Amino acid sequence: MKPAPFDYVAPASLDEAVSAMTTGGGDAKVLAGGQSLVPMLALRLARPSVLVDINRLPGLDGIREASGMLEIGALVRQRALERWAATRSLLFAEVLRHVAHPPIRNRGTVVGNVVHADPASELPALLLCLEGVVVARGPRGERMIPADRFYRAPLTTALAADELATAVRFTLPAAGAGWGFEEVSRRHGDFALVGAVAVVTRAADGTVAGARLAFFGAGGTPMRGLAVEQTLPGQAPTPALLAEAARAAAATLAPDGDIHATAAYRRQVAATLAGRTLTAALARCGGTT
Amino acid sequence: MRGDDVTRTIRLTVNGHEHERAVEVRQTLADFLREDLELTGTHVGCEHGVCGACTVLLDGEPIRACLMLAVQADGQRLTTIEGVAPGDGLHPVQEAFWGKHGLQCGYCTPGIIMSTCAFLRERPAPSREEIREMLAGHLCRCTGYHFIVEAIEAAAQALAPPTPRPTPRKE
Repeated sequence: MKPAPFDYVAPASLDEAVSAMTTGGGDAKVLAGGQSLVPMLALRLARPSVLVDINRLPGLDGIREASGMLEIGALVRQRALERWAATRSLLFAEVLRHVAHPPIRNRGTVVGNVVHADPASELPALLLCLEGVVVARGPRGERMIPADRFYRAPLTTALAADELATAVRFTLPAAGAGWGFEEVSRRHGDFALVGAVAVVTRAADGTVAGARLAFFGAGGTPMRGLAVEQTLPGQAPTPALLAEAARAAAATLAPDGDIHATAAYRRQVAATLAGRTLTAALARCGGTT
Repeated sequence: MRGDDVTRTIRLTVNGHEHERAVEVRQTLADFLREDLELTGTHVGCEHGVCGACTVLLDGEPIRACLMLAVQADGQRLTTIEGVAPGDGLHPVQEAFWGKHGLQCGYCTPGIIMSTCAFLRERPAPSREEIREMLAGHLCRCTGYHFIVEAIEAAAQALAPPTPRPTPRKE
């Protein structure tokens, strides 16, 4: 057996799941798609006392679009959102195509990926870029955690040990907004060495109305490109301005260096990718997101 | 930490056959298929989701059998490499891998065949780029992938519905 021994419960209701998390103390782990948790069990990097398998909980597999928000339940597989996006959102379709591989996306959940908080993962950066919210349920009830306050460190979030995430909500880009997504990885489906995702809106006179930019693989958490978000609005988006804003945003990053890439290389690639995503986003303004 | 091992009884259908077994909750589906059901065609390579050798179909969709616990397969319908071919023959995807030398040592092959079967159902006429993107989820250390790509192209052609012949016009 690869994993260390654990107890296993498969609750039939959300209340039962919450109470199983509470009973487990700080040592219970939620099992949904298992695509990040099971490798950690196999390598014995995680040794939970109890797994709370939420796969049989009713009502958590919905993808709902309402008043400009997209809500995704905790049991929505990445593949299901990819198929949903194929006819509805080019941005989500492009992002999901880069999340691992089809056999992983068939099991892995969107919420699980967001909550696992790998800093090189695409969906946490998308959540940050789209002003997302994590819906958490615990013994003290339900609370909404904005993406800006959700990510604390690699694999570490604002979720309490006895809380579970029941859904995530993305703010869908406004009509006419343009998007850009770029990542550099050694092979398709690998975690990114560095990546960026941007959403831009333009005013009628062609100036930038609003911009959001998030990096992944460029620090301990997904990072917002605040320099871009603060500089571009009200400006005419010349190539020189975009390049300067992208450089300024990347300069605030503190990526780690590892066997795959040095910190300096990552920062330089981040600047280049930020520029490309902004250019692509501006070109797509007025099209479909 | 628990000293004793926790078990559950599961019922599942594998390749059309129903099974009922008691499993330890920490046993992976890959180990269950190989050790309990003796379906050793599902190979285990990395055992943490990277190599793709253990890919099987869950309700027709490819998944990593090393990243699912056997206890989670309760009530599910699975297909492994042993269940791909009708009767004693080979499936057209297997024929194509044989015909195009799409394997050498064969360790990664069952996983790739399972992924290919599902992939071609969704994309019956894939481009080379789409084939390579799908194959990124499978590690092969022998072939360099070229013949695997050719095998998948050949399989797509073999599985394509025959183009209807123009009906001769009656005078």
